[in-house]
Amino acid sequence: MELIKELPEIFDSFSEQRKKSFVEAYELKQKGIPFVGGFCTYLPKELAYAMGACMVGLCSKTGETIPDAEKDLPRNLCPLIKSSYGFAKTDKCPFFYFSDLIVGETTCDGKKKMYEMLGEFKNVHVMELPNSQSKMGIELFKGEIVRLKEELERQFGTTITEEDIRRAIKVYNEQRVALKEFYGLQKMDPPPMGGMDMHKVLDGVQFRFDIPAATEDIKALTQKIKDEYDPEKYKGRKRILITGSPIGCSTEKVVKAIEDNGGVVVCYENCGGARSVDELVDENDPDVYNALSKRYINIPCSCMSPNPGRLELMDRLIDEYKVDAVVEVVLQACHTFNVESYKIKNFVTEKKNVPYLFLETDYSSTDAGQVNTRIGAFIEML
Amino acid sequence: MAVLSLGIDCGSTTVKGALFDGEEIVKTMLLPTSARPGRRMKEIYDALYNEDVGYVVTTGYGRELLKESDKRVTEITCHAQGAHFLAGSLGGLIDIGGQDSKAILLEPNGHVKDFLMNDKCAAGTGRFIEMMCRILECSGDELDTFKQTGEPVDITSMCTVFAESEIISLLAQGADRGDIALGVIRSICRRTASFALKLPMEGRVFFSGGLARFNVFKENLSNMLDREVVTHPQSQLCGAIGAAVIGYRQIK
Repeated sequence: MELIKELPEIFDSFSEQRKKSFVEAYELKQKGIPFVGGFCTYLPKELAYAMGACMVGLCSKTGETIPDAEKDLPRNLCPLIKSSYGFAKTDKCPFFYFSDLIVGETTCDGKKKMYEMLGEFKNVHVMELPNSQSKMGIELFKGEIVRLKEELERQFGTTITEEDIRRAIKVYNEQRVALKEFYGLQKMDPPPMGGMDMHKVLDGVQFRFDIPAATEDIKALTQKIKDEYDPEKYKGRKRILITGSPIGCSTEKVVKAIEDNGGVVVCYENCGGARSVDELVDENDPDVYNALSKRYINIPCSCMSPNPGRLELMDRLIDEYKVDAVVEVVLQACHTFNVESYKIKNFVTEKKNVPYLFLETDYSSTDAGQVNTRIGAFIEML
Repeated sequence: MAVLSLGIDCGSTTVKGALFDGEEIVKTMLLPTSARPGRRMKEIYDALYNEDVGYVVTTGYGRELLKESDKRVTEITCHAQGAHFLAGSLGGLIDIGGQDSKAILLEPNGHVKDFLMNDKCAAGTGRFIEMMCRILECSGDELDTFKQTGEPVDITSMCTVFAESEIISLLAQGADRGDIALGVIRSICRRTASFALKLPMEGRVFFSGGLARFNVFKENLSNMLDREVVTHPQSQLCGAIGAAVIGYRQIK
């Protein structure tokens, strides 16, 4: 691997990871290593790791295949679902092509119905994810994790032992700790990095197949950022927390608009950020499946009802990151986040006394001007 | 010594300029935006600029297009400042622009507390009225005379394109064009009001934009909001005035 020295290059290397990993994935496939494709953060990655498979994220974040998807799917559906389906259908995304098995969960209505259609031409296994984080929910999901393990064993002719899973839990917990320390750097005031750079790393790390190596890289990067901290660089900027639907590629326009207008993103409360990384799996639970179920079902996505964890997490993040304002990004037709935004707005503005901006957007660039004006006006208001 | 500030607001339909001396708006100008918004802004700049101008603020969707601009401020902040200058302490502001509409919640000093924008579709904007005037062959000046006539017709389509066909079929059924016009005006006011009421506005609401000069909009909005709605002869210039006011503070 080439030696990269400067911070901007390191950030870019993470963002280029997705492209690089196409080649890596190809090479790993040649060596006979199975690939498991997943969509949501509810998929316990530990199981794939435990059987020596690679995990890859299939949630698509560009609009390029939406017209193909709309031949089968309604137009007024969430762009993430349309785009992902489009990539699968057209086989334009190598990760779909490489995935020996695709695992979905019954999260939002749009996704679970899309998985049914995807199952007609791809090898899809759907985990039933309960919508409530109750005792019953944990039991049910635990059963689903065992069922997924058995399915993996059956399809790939292997055995996954509890020891393998425990090892995987440790590996992923270490990565979570490293990621938390990395994004936790933004608690500093002024923050040491831009939100776009932080996003590149959080997004890029999901396309690394050698998990312990990626963890080491994150640790090294964290140290480097600490060493080179320049308090002048982001001084005087408004500290913004982004929450809501998943963002990436096409929706990076929001991060850009924030940072072009005098803000800096200090925290992501979304799928690639604190929402999916914050909690560790209990390594001391004698029942590994119970430990996994408890941890994963606790992810405070708006598909949970009720979803008190999101408010608890926001409460903590707003304080810890000394947030000046919250920007909620909701993808068009993402009903759960759209509806939940009412509660979030009330919580943020009334309980935390922090200004809040709601933005509905999609994967097109047609609203870039409007997004820029809204965010510009919002930051002027702070 | 610089004693004047210049504000230029480049909207989707018109470009407005205002010259401010710290006390009063001393000169204003308004031109259609046309297909060359940057050139229009420059025309206004050339017409209003003189050596006493110490600061230039641009706003509106074309705010980045004038290289002589000292500062670019969004139309939200400028409208809030402009309304405060024209009408004093207000609870809120509704601006119906050519291609979007906005509702702004104000603090007594004119600072923006919260805002909402409708920029996803032409319904509820000046475009809707332009379309109606074209089909009904009425000039803008006629709008206020319609209200003396009969009963407004219900317009149910919210999409500008569908509303156009709805108006055409109403005309074919022999409906009075004044009644249709009132129906359209009522529908746009209802839409704007229901959108503005998402913000907890208290007290007087300022109404800006090109439509503010017609009483019929003001009255309809006031009824639907159940608030006192105020306008000003210079309402259409609100954004440019706000930009000039913001600019003047930079001189001091």
